[in-house]
Amino acid sequence: MDTKPAKSAIFRFKWFALVMLLLALAPFFLSDFRLNLFGKFLTFAIVALGIDLIWGYAGILSLGHGVYFGLGAYCMGAYLKLQAEDLPDFMSWSGLTELPRFWKPFYHAWFALPMTLLIPMLFALLVGFPTFRARIKGVYFSILTQALALIFVTLFIGQQPYTGGTNGITNLQSIFGFSLAEPATMRGLYAVTVLMLGIAYLLCHWLTHTQLGKVLVAIRDGENRLRFLGYNPALFKVLIFAISAGLAGLAGALFVPQVGIISPSMMGILPSVEMAIWVAVGGRGTLKGAVIGAVLVNAAKSYFSENFPELWLYFLGVLFISFVLLFPQGIMGFWRKGRFKWMTSILRWRETRFARSSSPNGLPRKYH
Amino acid sequence: MGIETLLSQIFNGLSLSSVLLLVGLGLSITFGIMGVINFAHGEFLMVGAYVVYVLQGLFNKFYGHGAAGLSFLISLPLSFFVAALLGFLLEKVLIRFLYGRPYEGILATWGCSLILQQAARNIFGANNVDVTSPKWLAGGVEAMPGLQLPYNRLFILALTTLCVVGIYLYLYRTAQGRRMRAVMQNRDMSACLGIRTRKVDTFTFALGSGLAGIAGCAVSLLGSIGPSTGQNYIIDAFMVVVLGGTGRLAGTIAGALVMGVLNPVFELISTSSMGKVILFILVILFLQGKPQGLFSLKTRALD
Amino acid sequence: MLKVKSRTFILSIFIIAVVVSVGSVWINAARSAEKEPIKVGILHSLSGTMSISEVAVKDGELLAIEEINARGGVLGRKIAPIIEDGASDWPTFAEKAKKLIMKDKVAVVFGCWTSASRKAVLPVFEKYDHLLFYPVQYEGLEASKNIIYTGATANQQIMPGVTWLLKNGHKKFYLLGSDYVFPRTCNLIVKAQLKAEGGTLVGEEYTPLGHTEYSTVISKIKAAKPDVVFNSLNGDSNVAFFKQLRSAGITAKDIPTMSVSIAEDEIRGIGAENMLDHLAVWNYFMNMETPENKKFVAAYKARYGKDRVTDDPIEANYFGVYLWAKAVEKAGTPDPLKVRAAVRGLKFKAPEGEVTVDPTNNHVWKIVQVGKVKPDGQFDIIWSSGKPVAPDPFPSLVSNKIVLEPGKIVDRKK
Repeated sequence: MDTKPAKSAIFRFKWFALVMLLLALAPFFLSDFRLNLFGKFLTFAIVALGIDLIWGYAGILSLGHGVYFGLGAYCMGAYLKLQAEDLPDFMSWSGLTELPRFWKPFYHAWFALPMTLLIPMLFALLVGFPTFRARIKGVYFSILTQALALIFVTLFIGQQPYTGGTNGITNLQSIFGFSLAEPATMRGLYAVTVLMLGIAYLLCHWLTHTQLGKVLVAIRDGENRLRFLGYNPALFKVLIFAISAGLAGLAGALFVPQVGIISPSMMGILPSVEMAIWVAVGGRGTLKGAVIGAVLVNAAKSYFSENFPELWLYFLGVLFISFVLLFPQGIMGFWRKGRFKWMTSILRWRETRFARSSSPNGLPRKYH
Repeated sequence: MGIETLLSQIFNGLSLSSVLLLVGLGLSITFGIMGVINFAHGEFLMVGAYVVYVLQGLFNKFYGHGAAGLSFLISLPLSFFVAALLGFLLEKVLIRFLYGRPYEGILATWGCSLILQQAARNIFGANNVDVTSPKWLAGGVEAMPGLQLPYNRLFILALTTLCVVGIYLYLYRTAQGRRMRAVMQNRDMSACLGIRTRKVDTFTFALGSGLAGIAGCAVSLLGSIGPSTGQNYIIDAFMVVVLGGTGRLAGTIAGALVMGVLNPVFELISTSSMGKVILFILVILFLQGKPQGLFSLKTRALD
Repeated sequence: MLKVKSRTFILSIFIIAVVVSVGSVWINAARSAEKEPIKVGILHSLSGTMSISEVAVKDGELLAIEEINARGGVLGRKIAPIIEDGASDWPTFAEKAKKLIMKDKVAVVFGCWTSASRKAVLPVFEKYDHLLFYPVQYEGLEASKNIIYTGATANQQIMPGVTWLLKNGHKKFYLLGSDYVFPRTCNLIVKAQLKAEGGTLVGEEYTPLGHTEYSTVISKIKAAKPDVVFNSLNGDSNVAFFKQLRSAGITAKDIPTMSVSIAEDEIRGIGAENMLDHLAVWNYFMNMETPENKKFVAAYKARYGKDRVTDDPIEANYFGVYLWAKAVEKAGTPDPLKVRAAVRGLKFKAPEGEVTVDPTNNHVWKIVQVGKVKPDGQFDIIWSSGKPVAPDPFPSLVSNKIVLEPGKIVDRKK
């Protein structure tokens, strides 16, 4: 395809352009409430893109991405809160009379907005560098990231004077002078989210189609072989982990003005696991899948919980399990390979595809 | 700090270790041996706790309220079997498709945990339920003035010891246990030598789940019995297993001891919230230096 | 063959789930074609950690709605509740509140439990200028024009409780709470009160929500030797704390505790024997002797089962529904703006006695009582304020603000 770049570029991106167009037209046929909800799903899609980069491409499953989402969201929340009040209400009722020093820069948009990306990325570097250098991987890494999520939730809840405790940061009024109560502002935020999602998608697409993308896949499929070839996998992993964290932070920053609240409950283990599930449902290793998965799972969650407030967890649980069993490659995998064979294969379930003596990528399972 | 505070802290540490060990033991077996991380482990624990509750309700109905002690004793093996049966079914229906795919294992078992929690909520109500502790576990030994060692904590210590010894004997002194270890060390070779690895897998998963059931009995003495009971313990159990290193009984014991003894210490010198934060940070830092945990199988493999 | 079976089994579960869901939506749609009822929203956590408490409150609301419907509804129209699950997650509460207001166009919402969930939905209710009935005792420092607070504020629960303890010889306080906003703010008030009324603070401890290991906290309490533990733990932690306190050999005779988040419904999960003779302060207890309460308890048990109990927050939202209905009749319309105006100053004979909505701050005048746990899990009422106490959401001990009218809060003049 690379031999005919001019034609193929248009060809390759026609779906992208079509979807972007549809998203841009959504405000005309969705009610304000649904549009707001959909905007929220699209911010989740940005997180899913980031998770897909590290999980689908590099084979690292982070179950603590809520932390990076939350860090970005808290930076944005701090900025918006300071627009509403000079001294945030939770500080005054926690006994603070003056704004803490580290809160002060968040008064300025030029500081707060870049921080929504930089703080999650820096923190990801800080966590990722030693961890990947120590060659912690697989489920060990997943559990570590989970512990980290727990630490962050406990810390943010415990430091009520500085973070707002369990309540989080809420009661936000305006963004850049536009009232958050105005439907027009909401539509504007939706448009920004669509734009950011588009940029994030193109960025990820570009990343995965460069040499870097090939190295990532190599890390997933045979890290040691890569190491023997003279690459240092840790550096690539740290880099991609930081980018992924930055995307989560961006999503968090877009989430706050649309939903109007950020609290530690968005940083915890549950939302973090859910984030991974969006990607699994959509299809790992395909960027389209990540976006589709995030939107679909959240739409299903809203739909079920609105219609069956007492039973919706069953639907969600069954949905996840059936996806893992029936569509191991997610929606995209099904779309690509299985859509014709699926009905026949469902009747002739062959376990051999996942024979337990071999790992999913065909390499020998570990020998102790 | 008086001597009795120090002594009671040591006892608290040991007691917490025993709870963690009991919860972590089953998880370590399923996780370490099979490479499947079972998010629904906490819910098996919850099932065990509900078994205590249901059995006590039945006993109260048929034998009056005096039989709490007897019903608790019976619920120990019963909860093991109920949880093991549930584990067996789960393995047959779901887990066996997920070997070699640990990530999917996480997500699918997480789905199970959602379903089991909601099921508990629908069957038993969203409220916590109450279990009367047996009479013979009320009170405690007055070790010295101002220091009472509660019988129920001593009982859990003994129960944990019993379970650990039992598992040790099983793994190292029986043919079945030897097969289990063989599969753990080299699945393909064991299969070549005629071990029916699938049978071993199913059995191992049921055993680990059953141990969670016993742990559920134990924690019903100390804490709440409700739909979220399992969630309160699961992360600690993960940390025990990861810290201890997988696949070794000694590792899990050491992991539980370290977490259990250090947690009260940090809690004492700071606050309960910060104590846990400090402990988890230390564990993470430790694992940076020794990713395999305290104990691990010696291996020449790279992956 | 088993393999094929299990796969088709899973597939059939999936298909059944889809069919059931589509089917019942269809049925719901068909049902709504009847005579036009007044839609009201009910927003509580039916899943997640907070469902422990909130499910029972939802039941109380539904009971009140059924009773009102049974006698003909309001303004000749039936009340149709729309239930949403906040899932113990605050952003979800905000989302569902928006859905109830914008999509379902409900006339009022009854809901929330934690302060965090209330804070999360508050901007939504203010943005759309709507109406929420909030049923739980809370820390105060709020008086929105869009919320009717039917639970107690600090000076109707915490402060009288502390005063009562100090008067009865409990001078040394140990403050224990879950690590979130209500306990921390509540303890700020308690500390200010101790300073003002001559008590001492010997220790303060916060544990994470869902904490299960209390041996170290109990050691700390033992070492501090308090006269009383003022307990604002929430949820599962209470069960662990009281079970472990008792097994450490500490009874209410040695160190009594006064709890502000444990009512009859929570005692069912803790076990009365573990809480025997410990104290709690509330506005309502299940074994109050008013005729309204006897009727309420009987109706609740008849509807939900003999072993169910009523408690303060359940009662607060039960009479909240009645207050709302009365306000609708007074206003002659379910329009939230008109109802909001009509509800101010309204009186109602609730199970706890007569309650009045304070016209200046939207809180409710309530009686205050201290109870002692009996072996059957009920409370022995050992003290009562006798008459309803005026709500003061901004106590002068911790705040320099004053409420002029709901939503209008200014600095107190020196």
